[in-house]
Amino acid sequence: MSDTLVAVVFYGLAIFTLSGAALVAFSRNIVHSAFALFATFVGVAGLYALMSANLLAVIQLLVYAGGILVLILFAVMLTSRIDEARVSNHAWGRQPAAWAVGGLTAILIYVAVKAPLKAPMIKGALGGPAAFGDALLGPYVLPFEIISMLLLAALIGAVTLARGRDAAEAAKLAKPAEAAAPVQAAEPAQAAEPAEAAEPAEEVNA
Amino acid sequence: MNNLQGLADYAIRAWFSVPDPARWPYTWLVYLGFILLAGLIAVGFAAGFAGPMSFIERRIAGRMMSRIGPNRVGPQGIFQFIADGIKSLLKEDIVPAEADRPLFLLAPYLVFTGMFGTFVALPFAAHVIAADLDVGILWLLAIPSLVVVGLLMAGWGSNSKWAVFGGVRSAAQLVSYEIPSAFALLSVVLFAGTLSTQGIIAAQGPWPWEWFIFRNPLLFVTFFIFFISALAEGNRAPFDLPEAESELVSGYNVEYSGMRFVFFFFAEWANLWVMSALATTAFLGGWQVPGMPAVEIAAMTGWRFVGWEALSFLIFALKTSVLVFVVVQLRWTLPRLRVDQLMTTCWKYLVPLSLITLTGNLVLLALVPERGVVDWMMRGLMVLIAAALALRYLQRVRANYLADRENYRKMEGKELWYPPYRLP
Repeated sequence: MSDTLVAVVFYGLAIFTLSGAALVAFSRNIVHSAFALFATFVGVAGLYALMSANLLAVIQLLVYAGGILVLILFAVMLTSRIDEARVSNHAWGRQPAAWAVGGLTAILIYVAVKAPLKAPMIKGALGGPAAFGDALLGPYVLPFEIISMLLLAALIGAVTLARGRDAAEAAKLAKPAEAAAPVQAAEPAQAAEPAEAAEPAEEVNA
Repeated sequence: MNNLQGLADYAIRAWFSVPDPARWPYTWLVYLGFILLAGLIAVGFAAGFAGPMSFIERRIAGRMMSRIGPNRVGPQGIFQFIADGIKSLLKEDIVPAEADRPLFLLAPYLVFTGMFGTFVALPFAAHVIAADLDVGILWLLAIPSLVVVGLLMAGWGSNSKWAVFGGVRSAAQLVSYEIPSAFALLSVVLFAGTLSTQGIIAAQGPWPWEWFIFRNPLLFVTFFIFFISALAEGNRAPFDLPEAESELVSGYNVEYSGMRFVFFFFAEWANLWVMSALATTAFLGGWQVPGMPAVEIAAMTGWRFVGWEALSFLIFALKTSVLVFVVVQLRWTLPRLRVDQLMTTCWKYLVPLSLITLTGNLVLLALVPERGVVDWMMRGLMVLIAAALALRYLQRVRANYLADRENYRKMEGKELWYPPYRLP
């Protein structure tokens, strides 16, 4: 590809990615933020593809856009009153945040200008699946295996958290509760009234 | 000259008499033109398939339900889809007052883009493909994520409970069934040794016993896992829960009107081709022409090359059309699943089954040498079983037709109003 075309595509993708990121950060509506994140993911995948890292680009689409983003969207959509900015997207500490972001940007720009970044385009099949697989199972086999162990641990942890307690465990936990039950039984009668009274007050707040 | 860049370079040399396209300043313009042209051809093909397909499906549905179906516009009603398209174009594009306007307007385009993005890596003939990506299969699995996001966006943006239910159901279904279909394709990738769609076709042969589906009993099962998952991913009946009319009115597209509504249906019918073409590519030998290897076609020039390419496209289209017909037939014969049955089918049956077939395929790949005695015995056995099934299918079709004719004669006292080969 000629350099002109590469430059045009690069700046187009960069603007697309950055405007998506800006929308994620500045949108008052968190649902809009979640959807704008999709633009960012797709833009980054496009940048990978531009650098001939085909596999990385497709994996970015598959994992981030197709998996993680959909999960975020589900979480956002199944939460009640999510599109009210005062409830879900409360902004605080704007001034310190602006200072922190400004300082970080200055450092990043300094590094980008000073560092000898003259990385050439990835040539040939380096970004393809074959070279990637060779690298993962050759020189980088140890980090690769450690990451897979980490992911397995995360998976088991998630299953353990999501799984309900089994019968024996539940019975053990239920016994002390049963002993205390007569005492507790009297409480709900008293507790019910304040709860009912609290509900209209909450609606006024909203 | 087997990719777009090669074709563009060839055109630059031939038309502008430039010896070295890489050093010519206007090369990128020509590249851009070729990219746009390829995109136009792909979308044009999808449109040329989706439009008539909507008519054909309605006629087949009519036949299966003993009614006529659309037959007013043009001979046998074949221009019905054009009339529908013009009608939708002229309709008002309504945005509900309470809708989330930007999301509501954007959603159909995302669904559209996601569906037509698959045409980038889908082969049509021996050398006709927009881009023979070295990650083709992964691309075909990844790009439908745009559809998921688009459907969620449509559901949320409409600000209607039916639309949200439809969108969330659709996304949950797509995300779940992606897993068995990815495992099924992984088996094929292992046998082919490549992720490129053209490479997978090249790893098979033109004759049925050389296809991946008949290679061994486990791949035969894998094909059906893939097919069922693809049906569910495309929201086709019996998995059309996102638009379950009896529960959700029409699902995620309930608030849409005019052309935006058509975009959703356009994508749905185009998806018929996409899923069938993917199944043909991965399991049914693709465009392979019996007795003519792709290498020999590549060496040809002029009209002979075009002719053989056209023949390979015809073979591909024929295999795909058979699958499309089966999908349509399933839609009008099977009742819809419940939501819990849908998830049970995926997570309790298809996912474990696909893991078992994947492991079994790995074992077979390691133990059975290709084109050895055991390999040939397995292939022969699978082809015989498939032939027996096909014969049984045809026998059932004939028996049903004869019974239908007999009943009609008893009830009405005259011959059937349609013969089996002609539309009413």
